[in-house]
Amino acid sequence: MSLMRTSSPHLSAANPVQHVMQQVLLALIPGLIALIHFFGPGVIFNLLAACGFAVLCEALVLRLRGYDLRFFLSDYSALVTGALLAVSIPPYSPWWLIFIGAFFSIVVAKHLFGGLGQNPFNPAMVGYVVLLISFPVYMTHWTAPSDLANTPGLLQSFASLWSNEYYDGTTMATPLDLMKQNEGQMLTFLYANNPQFGSYAGLGWEWVNLGFLAGGLWMLHKKLFTWHGPVGMLAALGILSALFYDDGSSASGGSPLFHWLSGATMLGAFFIITDPASGATSNLGRLLFGAMVGVLVYCIRVWGNYPDAVAFAVLLLNFCAPFIDYYTIPKPYGTEDSQS
Amino acid sequence: MNTAKHTFHGGIRPLEHKEDSNTTPIEIAPIPPMLVLPLQQHSGPTAKPCVTEGEYVYKGQMIANAADASGASIHASSSGYVVAIEARLVAHPSGMADTCIVIETDGLDAAIETSGHPNWRNLNRVELLDILHRSGIVGLGGAGFPTARKLNTDSIDTLIINGTECEPYITADDLCMRERAADIIRGCEILKYIVGANSVIVGIEDNKPEAIESMGKAMPSSPDWKLVTFPTKYPSGGEKQLIEILTGRQVPRGGLPANIGIVCQNVGTAFAVKEALEDGKPLISRITTFTGQALSRRGNLEVRLGTPVSYLLDYMGYTEQKVPRLIMGGPMMGFALPDATVPIVKTTNCILAPDTNELPLPKPAQPCIRCGFCAEACPASLLPQQLFWHSKSSNFDQLDKHALDDCIECGVCSYVCPSSIPLVQYFRASKHEMRMRRNEQQQADKARERFEARQQRLEREALEREATRAARKAAAKAKAAESSRFADEADPVQAAIERAKAKKARLMQQSQQGAQMNAESALDSLKTKLAAQQSTLQQAEADEKSEKITTALQASIRRLEQQIAESETKPPSKDVEE
Ligand code: SF4
Ligand code: SF4
Repeated sequence: MSLMRTSSPHLSAANPVQHVMQQVLLALIPGLIALIHFFGPGVIFNLLAACGFAVLCEALVLRLRGYDLRFFLSDYSALVTGALLAVSIPPYSPWWLIFIGAFFSIVVAKHLFGGLGQNPFNPAMVGYVVLLISFPVYMTHWTAPSDLANTPGLLQSFASLWSNEYYDGTTMATPLDLMKQNEGQMLTFLYANNPQFGSYAGLGWEWVNLGFLAGGLWMLHKKLFTWHGPVGMLAALGILSALFYDDGSSASGGSPLFHWLSGATMLGAFFIITDPASGATSNLGRLLFGAMVGVLVYCIRVWGNYPDAVAFAVLLLNFCAPFIDYYTIPKPYGTEDSQS
Repeated sequence: MNTAKHTFHGGIRPLEHKEDSNTTPIEIAPIPPMLVLPLQQHSGPTAKPCVTEGEYVYKGQMIANAADASGASIHASSSGYVVAIEARLVAHPSGMADTCIVIETDGLDAAIETSGHPNWRNLNRVELLDILHRSGIVGLGGAGFPTARKLNTDSIDTLIINGTECEPYITADDLCMRERAADIIRGCEILKYIVGANSVIVGIEDNKPEAIESMGKAMPSSPDWKLVTFPTKYPSGGEKQLIEILTGRQVPRGGLPANIGIVCQNVGTAFAVKEALEDGKPLISRITTFTGQALSRRGNLEVRLGTPVSYLLDYMGYTEQKVPRLIMGGPMMGFALPDATVPIVKTTNCILAPDTNELPLPKPAQPCIRCGFCAEACPASLLPQQLFWHSKSSNFDQLDKHALDDCIECGVCSYVCPSSIPLVQYFRASKHEMRMRRNEQQQADKARERFEARQQRLEREALEREATRAARKAAAKAKAAESSRFADEADPVQAAIERAKAKKARLMQQSQQGAQMNAESALDSLKTKLAAQQSTLQQAEADEKSEKITTALQASIRRLEQQIAESETKPPSKDVEE
């Protein structure tokens, strides 16, 4: 009898990469629903186009690198990147904008650095930042939420995908812009004078962030990542905004709730900084990583030049992750301070 | 009964499969026609045979002597004739052959006369340890560390009895505790007496209610004895993990439990200790779990050491599988047997014969996505993803920094890895290579020291020679100056001769040094080659390369070792000339 020789362990828990990625995609659903509800069907076309282009780019590169397409495409990682890019860019973007974003995400940020798991920078954020810098006009025009203006219908949305012009329906300054440009108004007046504000933050945006928060908590429950990154980021952001809240005066940077529920905060906290490849490795490292992202997000939002800051903050910290790792190797069993 | 207040970092909860084999009582396995007893069934030096081929041996008779206090003796597990003392395939992941004593049994099971020491309290510690040593007792739970050696330690406060059995499938300790609790407790009393512990803690996972009950009943009701249960989690049976669960303390890195006043023994070992001391029965059998869907009967057998696995598989109704695989030990840390004929040894707690669907075949590895699941689960609080990365690039400095040495090879990281990366396999290979490198470094250091010492001696000798020569010359000169008035004219000639001689001596010394250097560097290059071959072999084994490749590699390693041995024993040519 010739016996098969395998190396221990001979058991394995089946939560393969594809399941992990599928769970991330599922977790995006509540946030997506909110986005679609408030910003219309353009979000769907964004999503379809970005995912399609991402998978296309992934397939091309895999083919060029001589990898087994079926094996490597089945890990769903390109879909996740595509989806994250899609929810970051304004709805009703033209196809080529989305394509460029997907190209930079997948080809440059992911594969030029070695592929899955080896990307030092978050692929979706690289794509987003390239677009933001190259096409600021397109990238800073967010449609007004559906409560304030009519969102385009399906056909119109589809058409905008193919038009060369950026969608020029009703776009409005986002709450983050308003907060930054606020000169001399108490926050209560700022909220009252601008219909873009809801109860705590931007109309619609509150719900979008709550949606991503819900998905994020579900992933936390599923143990897809540890609490350290998100808690670090949200805590730092909360503390800073509380410090500089200034009782809602005209010099205020906005309340903690405003910052938590604005822009890409929750998306960043649960879907972006939790990307393990470009983040820090140990729990302490992730806590630091998250906290520093939180600090940077606040600084850029309040004193910087860009409306939202998550992408820049994340990319900067991606750069620091190896250093964080270097100084935060956990103490192994048997070292005094590793005792529980 | 108490519940543990502490736990350890990480861990997993795999499907237990304990009910597969723990519903029937322990059965005594029949005597096989042939017993194969390897001389090395423990960690420590190999035992030396003390019987010859053709000799008749009785059950319980010592057939191989422990080499020294750190070894363990081997005893015949049934009566019969020694038919061979030769290399046989043994249970080792590398498919290694090792010297075994082969006994053809006569079925009489005639035992040697022995007497136990029911009044062991009259003996002192040295005598007790000696009996355990002569009885060949080793740790039955894991690596087979000789028990007498482990117990030979001072300032022990707590004796921990490990009834955890955290690996899936294995139920040998479970059944032993259910059926033989009283004997185990007597063994514990002996152990407590030997190490002079103040208290005993018996730790059992909460998935063994019957065992907990019977152990609880058998235990003396004294505040010094505690039975502690804790939630089922792998690897809570690891010595260090169990200590943390039961006491909340960690064994210091690179240290032993004895450093914090603790000694651990497995329940099976406690039982063997009782038998050795009270009944005078050496370690010749053990309880082994036979389980897996390829067997029609699953359960625990008390088997004679040396019984071929294939014999017992037949006994338990093995059905041949399409992709047959046999695992000695549990599915997490056990290894796949190279061959079914290998014998049961002292450390064999389980034979797992899965059918094709039961244990999945390893899936092709995907890239590491750095999800960190492995780090969350690692009981040693390491970062397996970083270790993996540095293992792949052979970055030994970083491996050291990330404490690869603290990896207990529990397999948890591979188990949770969504990319199916065989992490433990990488870690084993890297550990091996690091050990080799350390050895090599030590040897190189020694060689360099030798060389430098020799160099210094040569220089000193040369200086001394020079000094005596100068003194002689001065004396001769003075004499000549005294005796001859032509001394001045003779001097240039004499000087020329002197110069020529000195040059010759210098040249000779140089060439001799050269020869020495050459010999040393040749040796060094042989050693590097050997190391390279050994690591390829390791890799090949890890990769499950064909037998042909591994045997070829093994042969070439042997050749290299021979060459090195030769050139090390052969004194460099220079010494001969001197
Ligand atoms: S579990 Fe596997 S994929 Fe995840 S970080 Fe560890 S090695 Fe990488
Ligand atoms: S095998 Fe080593 S690295 Fe992996 S989980 Fe166990 S101790 Fe940690």
